[in-house]
Amino acid sequence: MYGNDFVPQEDAPGGGLLGQVEAAEVALREAAARSREGAAAPGEDPAAYFADVIDADQKIEPRDWMPDAYRRTLVRQIAQHAHSEIIGMQPEGNWISRAPSLKRKAILLAKVQDEAGHGLYLYAAAETLGVSRDELVELLLDGRQKYSSIFNYPTLTWADVGAIGWLVDGAAIVNQVPLCRCSYGPYARAMIRVCKEESFHQRQGFEILHTLSHGTPAQRAMAQDALDRWWYPSLAMFGPPDGDSTHSAQSMAWKIKRFSNDELRQRFVDMCVQQAEILGLTIPDPDLRWNEERQAYDFTQPDYDELMRVIKGEGPCNRQRMEHRRRAHADGAWVREAATAYAAKQRAESQREKVAA
Amino acid sequence: MKGPLDFTLALALGDDALVAAQRLGEWATRAPEMEEDIALANIALDQLGAARLLLSYAGELEGAGRDEDALAFLRDDREFRNCLLVELPNGDFAVTMVKLLLLAAYQVPLYTALAGCADERLAAIGAKARKESAYHLDHAALWVKRLGDGTDESHRRAQAAVDQLWPYHHELFTADPAAPVDPAGLRADFDAVVHPVLAEATLTRPATGWTPGGGRDGVHTEHLSFLLAEMQVLHRAHPGAQW
Repeated sequence: MYGNDFVPQEDAPGGGLLGQVEAAEVALREAAARSREGAAAPGEDPAAYFADVIDADQKIEPRDWMPDAYRRTLVRQIAQHAHSEIIGMQPEGNWISRAPSLKRKAILLAKVQDEAGHGLYLYAAAETLGVSRDELVELLLDGRQKYSSIFNYPTLTWADVGAIGWLVDGAAIVNQVPLCRCSYGPYARAMIRVCKEESFHQRQGFEILHTLSHGTPAQRAMAQDALDRWWYPSLAMFGPPDGDSTHSAQSMAWKIKRFSNDELRQRFVDMCVQQAEILGLTIPDPDLRWNEERQAYDFTQPDYDELMRVIKGEGPCNRQRMEHRRRAHADGAWVREAATAYAAKQRAESQREKVAA
Repeated sequence: MKGPLDFTLALALGDDALVAAQRLGEWATRAPEMEEDIALANIALDQLGAARLLLSYAGELEGAGRDEDALAFLRDDREFRNCLLVELPNGDFAVTMVKLLLLAAYQVPLYTALAGCADERLAAIGAKARKESAYHLDHAALWVKRLGDGTDESHRRAQAAVDQLWPYHHELFTADPAAPVDPAGLRADFDAVVHPVLAEATLTRPATGWTPGGGRDGVHTEHLSFLLAEMQVLHRAHPGAQW
């Protein structure tokens, strides 16, 4: 009854990327089918086994030996991803109470709920690496782990909800589709599920903007304004340019990461140009043009100094987002304690009954 | 068999569900644990879904061309027919869960009765919504027990929530013998569910004769106007626009 009661647009985005997700899922099943039995054989060098698995495009599983740095990289990346889902609920949650129709309210509620589900699913994937969700949440609340910088921008109008769906979820999918082939099995499997839902969200965002850009002059202006504000921060979501990216080379060797930041950013721009045309909106880049030689669009880079400032904590909403998360966590402490105390009483009760019986 | 009484009922129940959904939606990103964020959103979505069906049907019965959005976004608080219970502010998690317990313990027998009523549309809505309400009731009952019989602090908060909200449940059962479902007939089912839950939660019902009401006649608390102001602001700022 909710979430899918709109007419899909023939020309809406998502089709090609979703195909890649499905191909990754098939590859994952094939890898599982030809998988070795269990972990490294007794006497086999675990490091050699690890290298073999990576080389053969097989999956590393929680039971397998892995280099400490591989484990640390994955914990950091998966946790940041999970934190991003949880913090990312805020900018969109900001519009649940004011959604302009009951249908849009239902779709948005369901979307924000999906993000919470993604967060839980990713924390569970991180837990397979030997950390607990509670530890990771503490790291977020203490500011020792980050979340995606994009969520430090405000959602000022309803069109921002559309722009987040189209651009932010779109960028997330471009980033995550290759992760469906990541060498760590639980992360790859989580990404397949997450990407399928994200692609649905991206369609919904596109549809919001499509309705606005074909609506009243005020709605059209609202849509263009949202694109103007979200375009460059969305480009910055792919991270610093390749020359400045600190974690990339090793992650590529481990097949955690499959494409460079700049490659993914280019892919995203190329994808968006045609979609913006369908929307009838103008991407705010006067230098955006097709380059016949490269068979790709030339475009203006986002302001990476701004990205660094936002990552450092100086974006428009960093303080607000963290304060909100900390307050929700602190306000809920007595509830979690009550649930723990009640569960302990129930256990003691059933023990007594067993003894009596 | 369809008449003004069906319209009145569909509108009142639709407004209950809509205002409840709006309040539950306020919890998004604020719940005490992540699993609860998902659960509260789920319940909000169920209420919103029921509201859409009921308001759409109310609009059809009225025959004045109002759809679900016209009824939700273009009426003022004096035209809303929801019970006062659902419009009260969320308060802390205990207030929200006790409120949900009272609401669900009313909605389950209500929707069950509706499922057997003569109006086929209302019957179909009742049949769908009662299953969802049964889950809301389970969820709220479990939390009220956890909070009531948890820690000293949670007990104190849960009892305060019961003390605050109990007077508002009387309005739900105001007799209306002509209605397709007479609310007075639902009281026994409500009591049979709620009293044992409160007892197991070590919570007591307050002894007070105060029975606030008026929601079904459009006389609300001061809170509803603010709730609607927020809910309706964007829709009303763009008259006639499509979303």
